Amino acid sequence: MTQSMRAPLLFAFVAALFLLEGLTDAWIFSGSWNTSLSILNMALVSAVMALGVNLQWGFAGLFNVGVMGFVALGGLATVLIAMPPSPGAWAAGGYQILLGLVLGAATIVAAILAYTRLPKGRRRTAVMLAVLVGGFFLYRWVFDAGVNAVESINPAVTGNLGGLNPCGDYRACGWMTIISWPVGGLLAAGAAWIIGKTALGLRSDYLAIATLGIAEIVIAVLKNEDWLSRGVKNVIGLPRPVPYEVDLQNDPGFVERAASLGLEPTLASTLYVKFGYALLFTIVLVLILWLAQKALASPWGRMMRAIRDNEVAAEAMGKDVKARHLQIFILGSAVCGLAGAMMTTLDGQLTPGTYQPLRFTFLVWVMMIVGGSGNNYGAVLGGFLVWWLWVQVEPLGAWLADLITTGMAEDNAFRIRIMDAVAHMRLFTMGVVMLLMLRFAPRGLLPER
Amino acid sequence: MDLLNAIVALLNFVIVPATAYGAQLALGALGVTLIYGILRFSNFAHGDTMAFGTTITILFTWWFQSLGVSLGPLPTALLALPFGIAGAALLMLGTDRVVYRFYRAQKAVPVILVIVSMGVMFVYNGLVRFIIGVDEQRFDDGDRFIISARDFKEMTGLDEGLALKSTQAITLVVAAIAVALLFWFLNKTRTGKSMRAFSDNEDLALLSGINPERVVVVTWLIVAALATVAGTLYGLDKGFKPFVYFQLLLPIFAAAIVGGLGSPLGAIAGGFVIAYSEVMITYAWKKVAGYLLPESLEPDGLAQLLSTDYKFAVSFAILVVVLLFKPTGLFKGQSV
Repeated sequence: MTQSMRAPLLFAFVAALFLLEGLTDAWIFSGSWNTSLSILNMALVSAVMALGVNLQWGFAGLFNVGVMGFVALGGLATVLIAMPPSPGAWAAGGYQILLGLVLGAATIVAAILAYTRLPKGRRRTAVMLAVLVGGFFLYRWVFDAGVNAVESINPAVTGNLGGLNPCGDYRACGWMTIISWPVGGLLAAGAAWIIGKTALGLRSDYLAIATLGIAEIVIAVLKNEDWLSRGVKNVIGLPRPVPYEVDLQNDPGFVERAASLGLEPTLASTLYVKFGYALLFTIVLVLILWLAQKALASPWGRMMRAIRDNEVAAEAMGKDVKARHLQIFILGSAVCGLAGAMMTTLDGQLTPGTYQPLRFTFLVWVMMIVGGSGNNYGAVLGGFLVWWLWVQVEPLGAWLADLITTGMAEDNAFRIRIMDAVAHMRLFTMGVVMLLMLRFAPRGLLPER
Repeated sequence: MDLLNAIVALLNFVIVPATAYGAQLALGALGVTLIYGILRFSNFAHGDTMAFGTTITILFTWWFQSLGVSLGPLPTALLALPFGIAGAALLMLGTDRVVYRFYRAQKAVPVILVIVSMGVMFVYNGLVRFIIGVDEQRFDDGDRFIISARDFKEMTGLDEGLALKSTQAITLVVAAIAVALLFWFLNKTRTGKSMRAFSDNEDLALLSGINPERVVVVTWLIVAALATVAGTLYGLDKGFKPFVYFQLLLPIFAAAIVGGLGSPLGAIAGGFVIAYSEVMITYAWKKVAGYLLPESLEPDGLAQLLSTDYKFAVSFAILVVVLLFKPTGLFKGQSV
């Protein structure tokens, strides 16, 4: 198989997997277009995440294992933009919370200023510590009062600040969620700037551990800061950029068109909605893929790869390695944030309890490694293929288990044990796939040219 | 009297739990730091290695319990510990043979090994799920307390009780024995010395006839033992939940880096630094302050600097501060 035929063939193979899912219920396939489209939607989102990680690792060799944190920040943006403001929350304590946060930031800036401006010595340490401790108590004093005021407003329903949705019936302004996608990217970029400033330029393992840490902290913030996103009480019923199924079913025009296609209205409406999401996500994916390809082929992209392959040589050529690393780290994280906002929009809810590093950080890495790091098409392919596998491992495992235990009675202890184990197949399979790829095809299915 | 009460409250809620936790972290960090020193990569699978070793220990504990074998007041898990270590050692040697050895022969850059260890982490995590599932398991038996809070109050007549859980005492004793054995091994035996030589200067060690594969095998064995002991002690103390072990990765790495990656002494110091900071910053000081301060100055709130849910933020903040100001750690590790 020649290199040029490889990519189209592999993509055709993936397309066939999704078509089979819809067309036939033989083997592990469900024969439901609804399932096929659901998998496809998450696969599209995963592909965007894989593109983001590929920017960082494939282009620049930066080791980011905090993808989960950036994805979650993107999800937060959806709430902060697309939900309606909670009545009275801003007046009660919203501005005070903002003031508290500004005070907190000012404390850190003042401490940094004290550290850089004052002459070295005991006095500098004392001033810095005084600023930090004093600032912390001031910040907590202002901030806590605001938080208490906001969280005590109708805590069963809101208890948070809410978002910026301007419509009276916020569901009517579904387009606000689309605005939240780039905002999610911005939030993630902001976090990436802070981490990059501290951890870039150190050993690659340190960046990894720093990103791992920040991801856990982002999740802890989402879980505990009820004023922000209701914490573990979850935000449900986010507005949508696509119509609601119920509205479609009540629309005589739609029902008529569905009937003319031979579909019943319920199925037609769910398919229509999922297809709408798929269309929106495809537009975003194609746009980002196009941008990433342009970037890769540009002088900037060549410079990035030069830095990745030999930092010392690139530095000798006058390239500012640290600044470029910071740049691409922020860009990659922003793409992950964007994908996170898309995912939360698709789910229609923000549930901080469901963010797991194995699922949101390390699985994205598996996608990129399987697809081919350094190759954008490879990352997209990996996103589709690995997500498909992630979903289908369970039916696949059940099929295997059935095969192994054919002829055994339903209550056979071994059979029950095997059937139980099927539920835990996913992580094991992903690990084996990743290790096999790293061992036998370390450049991935679509290697970088 | 108030002063005594304050001291007892401090001991009960801060010093004793933090010391036990610190010992567990130190054992974990020792494993990470040894792998870093000898094999030269950050092992992301370490948390799941701990979980695996603990899983095997729990299985043997249950088996012993069903046979009626016990250690009297001590938890049966201590009897099962050698089997857990053996299980983890087999797994690690197998992993090294199948996975890591290939990359060593290739002289792969460390970051590739880190990525490989991510794959290993997935596999171990899957294995633990296969074997024992994702639910919380309790496997401690024997006496729960050496001194319970009520006995202490009756004995001393103080308002505050000082509870000393037997698992906490066992943690300290076992950790001390493990660390003493490790240092004796590294400093006094021939193999231990060859390990240190290999860690300091690989080329020179090879020139003087040290067999690298042997050093690597011994390292994995020691790491398996340390990880299993750390995991079992943590599980006895706080209950076994596989996902928590994965999350322990962050404080363990923070401890190893704060101490200086590659320095065993540093790992122990780092473990205690992280544990004490975590507990002290997330402890609600209201009770202690209530005893010490005059009534007019008593705090209204809990006087808690950060909620306990942010304990990761504490390890992370310490990590960042050390990385910024002293990247080689407190005890001059190898990394720059």
